[in-house]
Amino acid sequence: MRDATAHTATDDRGYLTEKGFWSWAATLDHKRIGVMYFYTTFLFFLVGGLLALVVRLELMTPGPSLISDHAYDVLFTMHGNMMIFLFIIPAIPSALGNFFIPMMVGARDVAFPRLNLAGYWIFVAGVIVVMASLVQPMDTGWTFYTPYSAKTGAAVTTISFGIFLVGMSSIVTGLNFIVTIHRLRAPGLTWFRLPLFIWAMYATSIIQVLATPVVGVTFLLLAAERLLGVGFFDPAKGGDPLLFQHFFWFYSHPVVYVMILPAMGIITEIIPVFSRKPIFGYKAIAFSSLAIAFIGFLVWGHHMFVSGMSNTASVIFSFLTFFVAVPTGIKVFNWIATLYKGAIFLASPMIYALTFIFLFIIGGLTGPFLGALATNVPLHDTYFLVAHFHYTIMGGTVMGYFAGLYYWFPKMTGRMVNEKVAKIAWAFIFVGFNITFFTMFILGLMGMPRRYAEYLPQQQGLNILATVGSWILAVGVLIMVVNFIRDLFHGVQAPSNPWYSQTLEWQTTSPPATENFEEIPVVTKWPYSYGKREKDER
Amino acid sequence: MDEVTVQEISETKNHSPNQAVETAKLGIWCFLATEVLLFGALFTAYTIFRVSDPRMFLTEHLKLNRIFGAVNTIVLICSSLSVALGIAAIRQGKQRMLRICLILTLVLAATFLGVKYAEYSEHIARGELPGTNNFFSLYYMMTGLHAIHVCGGMAALGTMLVMAYRGKFSAEYNTPVEITGLYWHFVDLVWIYLFPLLYLIG
Repeated sequence: MRDATAHTATDDRGYLTEKGFWSWAATLDHKRIGVMYFYTTFLFFLVGGLLALVVRLELMTPGPSLISDHAYDVLFTMHGNMMIFLFIIPAIPSALGNFFIPMMVGARDVAFPRLNLAGYWIFVAGVIVVMASLVQPMDTGWTFYTPYSAKTGAAVTTISFGIFLVGMSSIVTGLNFIVTIHRLRAPGLTWFRLPLFIWAMYATSIIQVLATPVVGVTFLLLAAERLLGVGFFDPAKGGDPLLFQHFFWFYSHPVVYVMILPAMGIITEIIPVFSRKPIFGYKAIAFSSLAIAFIGFLVWGHHMFVSGMSNTASVIFSFLTFFVAVPTGIKVFNWIATLYKGAIFLASPMIYALTFIFLFIIGGLTGPFLGALATNVPLHDTYFLVAHFHYTIMGGTVMGYFAGLYYWFPKMTGRMVNEKVAKIAWAFIFVGFNITFFTMFILGLMGMPRRYAEYLPQQQGLNILATVGSWILAVGVLIMVVNFIRDLFHGVQAPSNPWYSQTLEWQTTSPPATENFEEIPVVTKWPYSYGKREKDER
Repeated sequence: MDEVTVQEISETKNHSPNQAVETAKLGIWCFLATEVLLFGALFTAYTIFRVSDPRMFLTEHLKLNRIFGAVNTIVLICSSLSVALGIAAIRQGKQRMLRICLILTLVLAATFLGVKYAEYSEHIARGELPGTNNFFSLYYMMTGLHAIHVCGGMAALGTMLVMAYRGKFSAEYNTPVEITGLYWHFVDLVWIYLFPLLYLIG
């Protein structure tokens, strides 16, 4: 595989040349590992999506119709678990991060390739254990709240162990990226010449390394509670169920930044390329990533305003929640300032990037409604929260992920995407998404609680609308996937740099050779010198 | 600014084999940060439960065997010393000394686990189980998680020993030993906190 003669002029498949199961399963190539992560996680995006469709179908009618109440609990729980733990957390870091971090810093691989491969197989082991828990599927909601999760007959212990393994894989990946970014940058690639995707991934990795072990030990304690009768979360034994919530959210709030930061990084790469302008406010964007990671550790209490917390703690958490919006706002303003007077080219990556900004602003601005102490009380655990979450994570992270997939598809596969079909798919996704989830803001304000299989008859109209929206969204995703598969085999051959981008991953062949670069590049300027004045900003 | 200055290159120097040590060290420090957070959750739980019920902690901790605890503390400190001596030895190229130190460390680690086994048996015989009360819950979870780490450390030390017998290490190349040593010191350090917090409550 590392034989240099394998990459002659006649051979244009780069790292994809070698075929066969073991050439993938035992590969140390960060690109192949990234691709394996992509397929594994995308599978769960599709499965989790199908579960959501059934949930929406059940909600067509106010009363029980399609499935039992318990089946409904299982479906929304597994939708959450799969989407969060098996798709959205690993998707961008482990798939696109693995593929592109080494290339963007001008390295031949990550710092610890063997650890990287081990991380992938730990992830697969975790996935298998999570699947094994389907014998008695989880019905607690994805939050695992005690005391119910300590008492239910579902296979909580099994799934906890599975998610522990998935978390280990996440830690290993983050650790690898931190060391790669510190140690393997190409000559001349100083910190302030790094692409901003790298800054975002660096901040993400810090969260992964520091927050994940806490949820790991929390799940261990939950398993110990069920197996050994340990009583940390059981009031009858002097424990405290709130402690579980604190532990859980100490990870699970920062982890929403693990979801969103890499997507923000992707957007920051795409916007200057497709508006042919230097990125506005480089340092502000770079440091805002770190600020989000840092402040993001201190806001977990806003999930627990109605669970019982002192007023002092609530006020502090509420303040910090508003505060964490500031660096996010900095990013949005800088993206818009970059777009201003740019020569905007609406290719599919750019369309998704703009969609990200549009939807994320809606998702972001509905956050303070929930972060404010007074409005949190009526809105907590209603569909308003569901809508807010999906606008930030689906409208934000997933749209950012799609933007990244369209942007890097030519580099990863060596083929171009069919733009026309991509735009049709986008139209379905955009319309379907908004019909589904904007409706939920209104339902939430009407007081419809989340996680209930039934609701008041007067809310049926909007629920039907949301369900129909989910079908449109599903059609869009289906068109996108079919288009990707078709282009994978029959797409037009991609040039090495179809978007005329200046970051390092485009300065090599598409698809790249196993060793990425023939010679390690020497970097003399930052990667955002677009436009007329090709001056070196740094 | 078309030319890359020497300083910039030195700032990002990499890809050369003699930099591998620094890369590996950064990796293990990141890993240890993860470990700190892993135990950190348990230390947090300890703080919360002890503050909420200090008298229970005071009475319950008397049921722990301080002799066993103290012996294990000494055993682990000695094992840290022997690992440190091993690293110092291989830096001077003394392969035989490294092997002796690794064997000594492994023996001490096994001693620790043996004492821990005796201690657990004593408690279980007296009916002091993980579910008895929060003090014993914490005791079993904290020392149990620590014992798992001791086992992991022994696996790493054992691997080092095999590699040492195969003559893989020298004064020039000894990074894996150093990395293992750092991990082992961390495992000891956790015990240095666990011992007073569990056995010596005042």
